[in-house]
Amino acid sequence: MLEVVGLSKSYGTGAGATHAVAHLEFAVEELEFVGIVGPSGAGKTTLLKCMAGLLEPTSGQTLLRGKPVTAPPPELAVVFQDYSRSLFAWMSVRRNVLLPLTNKPEIADPARVTEEALAAVGLAGFEDHYPWQLSGGMQQRVAIARALAYQPKVLLMDEPFASVDAQTRAELEDLVLRVREQFGVTVVLVTHDIDEAVYMSDRVVVLSRPPSTVQEVVTVNLPRPRDQVETKALPEFAALRAQIYETIMQPRAVQLA
Amino acid sequence: MRRLRLGWLGVEVGATALIVAALWLYTNTNESYAVAPLGDVLESFRATWLFDHVGSDAVPSLVRMTLGYAAAIAIGVAGGFLLGSSAVANAIASPVVGFLRSIPAAALLPPAIVLFGIGGGTKVAVIAFVCCWPIMLNTSDGVRELDATLLATARVYGIRGARRLRLVVLPAVAPRIFAGMRTSLSIAILLLVTSEMVASTNGIGYFVFQAQQQFSVDDMWAGVLLLGLLGFTLNLAFGAVERRVLRWNVRDDRSK
Amino acid sequence: MGARLNALPRTRSGSALLGAVGVALALLLWQLAPALGLVPSDDLPGAGAVLSKLASLAGTDAFWSAVGSTLAGAGLGLLIAVVVGVALGVLMGSSQVAWHALRPTVEFLRPVPGVALIPVAILVFGPSMQSDVFLVAFGCVWVMLVQTLYGVREVDEVALQTARSYGLTHAQRIRWVQLPSSLPYIATGLRIASSIALIVAVTAELVAGNAGLGKAISLAQSVGQTEEMYALIVAAGILGIAVHVLFGGLERRFLHWHQSQRAGGDR
Repeated sequence: MLEVVGLSKSYGTGAGATHAVAHLEFAVEELEFVGIVGPSGAGKTTLLKCMAGLLEPTSGQTLLRGKPVTAPPPELAVVFQDYSRSLFAWMSVRRNVLLPLTNKPEIADPARVTEEALAAVGLAGFEDHYPWQLSGGMQQRVAIARALAYQPKVLLMDEPFASVDAQTRAELEDLVLRVREQFGVTVVLVTHDIDEAVYMSDRVVVLSRPPSTVQEVVTVNLPRPRDQVETKALPEFAALRAQIYETIMQPRAVQLA
Repeated sequence: MRRLRLGWLGVEVGATALIVAALWLYTNTNESYAVAPLGDVLESFRATWLFDHVGSDAVPSLVRMTLGYAAAIAIGVAGGFLLGSSAVANAIASPVVGFLRSIPAAALLPPAIVLFGIGGGTKVAVIAFVCCWPIMLNTSDGVRELDATLLATARVYGIRGARRLRLVVLPAVAPRIFAGMRTSLSIAILLLVTSEMVASTNGIGYFVFQAQQQFSVDDMWAGVLLLGLLGFTLNLAFGAVERRVLRWNVRDDRSK
Repeated sequence: MGARLNALPRTRSGSALLGAVGVALALLLWQLAPALGLVPSDDLPGAGAVLSKLASLAGTDAFWSAVGSTLAGAGLGLLIAVVVGVALGVLMGSSQVAWHALRPTVEFLRPVPGVALIPVAILVFGPSMQSDVFLVAFGCVWVMLVQTLYGVREVDEVALQTARSYGLTHAQRIRWVQLPSSLPYIATGLRIASSIALIVAVTAELVAGNAGLGKAISLAQSVGQTEEMYALIVAAGILGIAVHVLFGGLERRFLHWHQSQRAGGDR
């Protein structure tokens, strides 16, 4: 579904250049849930922006269903960390979700799609509210609903739960897992929270320090559906997070292609 | 709680009544020729502005100001977008704009008279020229401060071009534009009154000035009262419009 | 080339260069417009003529006397406005009674255009320095009042309660807690008020004939000395910039230790 091929991104030129990402390669299968983690400063967000077509890589490319991504494609939606700056504060919840759909003439009944998406995230009845009237968690849910209503094939999420409290985070994690099943989307989740990555993903891509490459890809064989209590009590869960944690903490020699 | 609020309301009303009463007393007992008894002033106000001189003076004043202010908004917003979108254009224009807006507004009246003569158009032009700068600068700041995540969201969901301008950029910059418009409103009022005192044959400012020249002190104060009411009402109206248009802008915002 | 041009504004020298280009372009346009007949050169003399006139004016006593009058009127009026405005602001900010008693009156007087009182000033003071001072004071006092009010009320509750718990009296709390922490707001108010002071002073001189730059400009216009008129306007602009820089710098000094969240100060 999604392939990252030889992706590099550097800022500036010459001696003072910053190499955020260097020769990254991995693939995401259809309907997979892939988590991306790495030490602070690793180019996780840079990677995500390149994948989304928001940033032009210095070299390499992202392929969505075989086609190179040069600008944000209609089959792709993004949920950003800062919901308060991503939602349009001057529009109602309904309008926020509805607006992107005007770009998708193939969606026959945008009003119904909007309602379903909002119901799926648990915000039925809040359609006429404005973002400032909602809590942080609810605002992020609107952002997720908006992404879902857009009917993308791939959903990219950039540390989407970093700005909400722990309890809300757990609720939102489960929400995303549920709607993924319901709507059938491939999800790539960038996070700094290793627990979260292991809890939600089928595979976890571990990045190195910048210039970041793929250090390791860990397969998460935990049973689905996942549960906040039971899954996290499994010994495999602990083993996986320990493995990833160690990989991140251990500085390894970086090989540039 | 309610009793407390009523109590404060009582203080507000009572104190104001006291101040008005003191004013009445002062104006009735003061011998100076510049002071007119409050009662006479109010009587003159009623006779002149309700509604005798409204058509001949008040309306032309308001029309001029509205036209100039509207033009200032149009120029200011358009120019602001231009300057804000291009760092190069902004760097080139900054010193010149900075200088032009440092010129005390009224000083531009004499050259305007030289260039355009004494007509309604001159006043509109001066108001438009001077009032566009605060709007332009605020708009330009707003455009440059546009949030990266907001724009990225618009890109992700394919909201481009004119739609993006109308639905995303303009509302996002609106609070800044209104801040500029607020400043420009005070300047517009100042210029209107000044231009009418200096180069006009009608208008509220003209009326007040003439009244003073002819030592009709009652009429002069009545005119001042009207100008005060005008300023008060315009500010109130502006605040109401701003609150309505920006009602979504509820942040921990300490300004104004 | 395009990329390099776009990179220029990011550096200070790059911006300065572009700014200089802008100024040069503007001056060129100003010089050419009358020279090419786009504008009657009697009505708008070229940049060269005006600037050289300004240079020669700068050598005359009359010019500096006019500048001095304007500055004196604006400065004195500003001083009065600061004293009265800050005093009232502190009063209203620290006493609920005063706040409620004075608020309606202040709210009504605030939007009164200062220039509306010019005829009153002419009547009472005639065309004189007092007239300037009176009008400037009226025009500026509201800004100082409002800013001081914000400053006093925005004081950190914790700091106030700490002071109270140490037994400081009302007056002491004002002196040692509320006033110092409202200084940045007052500094902002000064910056805003200083521009207002200049504008009102020049306006009053223009309309009423008080001595100063405004009167000089008006006089030059009425006798048809357009070069002198424009030269004086340029001088007024330079004065405006100088005032802005001075009080802006003052404001920054008071702000550099203060948290950035504060009221007021749009452009």
